[in-house]
Amino acid sequence: MRDAFPVFLGYLAVSFTFGIAARNSDLTVFQATLMSLLNLTSAGQFASLGIIAASASYFEMAATQLIINLRYSLMSSTLSQKVDTKLPFFHRAIMSFGVTDEIFALGAGVHDTLSPFYCYGMMASAIPGWTLGTFFGVVLGNILPDRLLSALSVALYGMFIAIVIPPSRRNKVVAGVVALSMLASALFTYLPVVSQISSGFRIIILTVVISAVVALLFPVEDKEDENA
Amino acid sequence: MHNIYVYIIIMAAVTYLIRALPLTLIRRHIDNRFIRSFLYYVPFVTLSVMTFPSIITATESPIAAAVAFVVAVALAWLGKSLFVVSVSACVVVFILELII
Repeated sequence: MRDAFPVFLGYLAVSFTFGIAARNSDLTVFQATLMSLLNLTSAGQFASLGIIAASASYFEMAATQLIINLRYSLMSSTLSQKVDTKLPFFHRAIMSFGVTDEIFALGAGVHDTLSPFYCYGMMASAIPGWTLGTFFGVVLGNILPDRLLSALSVALYGMFIAIVIPPSRRNKVVAGVVALSMLASALFTYLPVVSQISSGFRIIILTVVISAVVALLFPVEDKEDENA
Repeated sequence: MHNIYVYIIIMAAVTYLIRALPLTLIRRHIDNRFIRSFLYYVPFVTLSVMTFPSIITATESPIAAAVAFVVAVALAWLGKSLFVVSVSACVVVFILELII
């Protein structure tokens, strides 16, 4: 459960800012909180505010969410290989709801078989954190000092770092993958033309290309892939 | 005029399906070595891409975020727990933004 605390903190901070944004977009407390409870996704929800404000078509909403959140299907595929093959459908269906960047990060960091109950533990801290943060963001508005929100906003990044760095120390290929990914991500963010690509697509394109190339050049032995 | 609740339901349905289809449909252990290797590397690439350079723009001061990034990498390299790494990054940003 200690692992879940940064998730709770980070979600609280990010969803608080989402709540403020939703309030500025004239969503009611109930609408914003319901959206967070049902969606549990940051980028998709922030993007939805613009779509709602523009009163764009329902199709446009569906397409935007598909593009921004498509990375979850890659994560979900990875997790499908970490759970027990005999795991019943209903566990898979409930776990799926909790496939967020952060819960995926923790789930992928588990050394042996991923238990659905580990995921439920994460979800039990993530969902209230995300939903409550949104609620308070809408109700309270800008009551928290910006400095505190600013500090809390790195909690989730700190978590990602804590997950990718220790395996990098043990495995040179992984270290190379991490460094290459960060470099490529920076190039895609700042170079002309490619910086036009949305962040959702950037994540998908880089993940597919880099993982595929490295998988071809350095296929993992079955033994080491259990340490994933 | 579009109904806001319909928007919310559409978002939730699309997002849930994206998450649920692979996990519920891929029920076998994949034997193909390339696919296994690919899926092994996915988390490292995805998390790295999401972390950098986004962390730099997440805070009020990019310098504070850059220092927090270096501190977090160093602590993680030394094998500190996820909790320590994450909270340290927050503390670094908080203190530096007080000074800067």
